[in-house]
Amino acid sequence: MNLAVRDIRRHKIRFLLTCVGLGLLLTVVMAMSGIYRGLINDATEVVDATPAQIWVVQKDTRGPFAESSRLPEDIEYSISAVKGVRRASPVSFQYVQIQRGNKPARLFLIGYKLGGIGGPPAIAAGRTITKKHYEIVVDRKSGYAVGDTIRLGLEAYNVVGLTRGMTSPSGDAAAFVSLADAQIIQFQLDNDAIRNNRQRVIATFTALNSMNPFMREKATNKALAAAENSHFANAIVAELDDASLAPEVARYIRRWNHYQVFSAEQERELLLKGFIEKSQKQLWLFRTILVVVSGVIIALIIYTLTMDKLREIATLKIIGAPDRTIVNMILQQSLLLGVMGFAVGYVVITQTYAMYPRTVLLQTLDMVVLFAIVVVICVLASILGIWRALKVDPATALSGG
Amino acid sequence: MEVVRVDNLTKVYGRGDTQTVALVDANLRVQQGELVALLGPSGSGKTTLLTSICCINEPTRGRIELDGTCVYDDGWTGVDVRAVRRQKMGVIFQAYNLIPFLTVLENVALILTLNGVGQQEAQGRALELLEYLEMESRWQRYPSEISGGERQRVAIARALANNPKVLLADEPTAALDTARGKIVMSLLRKLSREKEAAVIVVTHDERMVEGFDRIYNIADGRIQ
Repeated sequence: MNLAVRDIRRHKIRFLLTCVGLGLLLTVVMAMSGIYRGLINDATEVVDATPAQIWVVQKDTRGPFAESSRLPEDIEYSISAVKGVRRASPVSFQYVQIQRGNKPARLFLIGYKLGGIGGPPAIAAGRTITKKHYEIVVDRKSGYAVGDTIRLGLEAYNVVGLTRGMTSPSGDAAAFVSLADAQIIQFQLDNDAIRNNRQRVIATFTALNSMNPFMREKATNKALAAAENSHFANAIVAELDDASLAPEVARYIRRWNHYQVFSAEQERELLLKGFIEKSQKQLWLFRTILVVVSGVIIALIIYTLTMDKLREIATLKIIGAPDRTIVNMILQQSLLLGVMGFAVGYVVITQTYAMYPRTVLLQTLDMVVLFAIVVVICVLASILGIWRALKVDPATALSGG
Repeated sequence: MEVVRVDNLTKVYGRGDTQTVALVDANLRVQQGELVALLGPSGSGKTTLLTSICCINEPTRGRIELDGTCVYDDGWTGVDVRAVRRQKMGVIFQAYNLIPFLTVLENVALILTLNGVGQQEAQGRALELLEYLEMESRWQRYPSEISGGERQRVAIARALANNPKVLLADEPTAALDTARGKIVMSLLRKLSREKEAAVIVVTHDERMVEGFDRIYNIADGRIQ
């Protein structure tokens, strides 16, 4: 007969409430593991979904995600001409905050050249972008549906397709537009601002009295054209004939002196280091504290359960129960508490993880490791109770009352 | 056949000024099937003698032999005393000491499972014992659901479950009224005859020792 289970039956309300409390604590631990995995997933989602081995960005920056980067769009042609490069495409990235009903919503806007690299990797509903302007593909996470309209900058864009699981490194839903639209959204000013800028440029050149009027007019026109040029991208991504050529191609492009080149793996590393290193440490700290708290709760409840039955333990010793019977009883109770708490935690997290605002990725390995930790904690937590039980003098069972 | 043999057993508690001599050169012989009472007032040393025989209280000096096995000879002999208790002894407590989270049947079967008897067989034998003590109708109840007299019967059934050579009873009637106490004592008399166990009963109540084979009076730690 199992003494541990029989004893728990006597204290079932207390035991079950402790299981639920412990389970909720473990739910938070599981959620933190899931959030950590989600952080990694979100941070690297765009890089992983882009079939490029080379990322060319502005010199002396760690762009386009960790730092801002800006380079001319037409660099793609120079890069395409490099030996080993199959094709290259300009891409742009920016965050936009829009008002959706009464709530603000953030989108991670990805501009790509239609037919090039960097577009939506898979369409979950609707279709991909086929027109150069006013079409947008958004991630399901944004809450938009095919047929909705989103106002970005000066224009309205029709949602023609949806992706699934495409997010920014910080977890916001991704949205795809053509590079031309992205440039308009990012750089194009309204008419008043354009007029104001033109006046400023003209005023600057008018002040140059020493300049020949003909040359002044030419220079003014050139300056206006340069100021209004929006043909920029944040990075040029390149697909290679063979991924092993990446170091060689990168070395070659770096020699041009104007650009910084990263492999996809380096870009991934930059994202992981820049975006989630601190969060990772924070989550580890919280998880450790919560696991320790769980251990303390288990130890306390097991100790209390043991204290409640010191007389029975003394009786067991007198009737000849070996120490292992007593140790097993306490250890089994501790393990049962841990296993039931884990089960409660598992059920709660699997039923609620989709409701979290951030991506929560539950991985079997994390669950197995946490279960093993819970088992170890249970064994350690039972030591106090076992120590107390083994110290009980059997003679105390003979006292009256 | 001699089942319990105690020679020159002495127990001294404390040291120096606080030293208390609880038992002085106690000698005791109990034969198989014999019913023996240790009679004396509180603090006379009778419980010290009982707990020493039960191997839960280490004497200061002397010798204890149980069913031919020497367990103490001026020090524990290294014999597994828990195993001795489990296999050769039954203990009846003043406060019954039933395990509250086990049913009547499980309380009796527990000692058998501790001795390695299978669950089903243990429960079968436990039920037989409960029938013997006319408690079979209460087998599913918990200790808190039966009366004091019934609890003591269950405690006796548990003490008998392993067919002990020695049955030790510590004030088994202290928590019962006189009538129920006498019933329990007559039950112990019956057990010593029918089960052929050496029964040692500690009591301070002279009315309860009627019909015992031998009565040892203890006063100030000395057997009279």
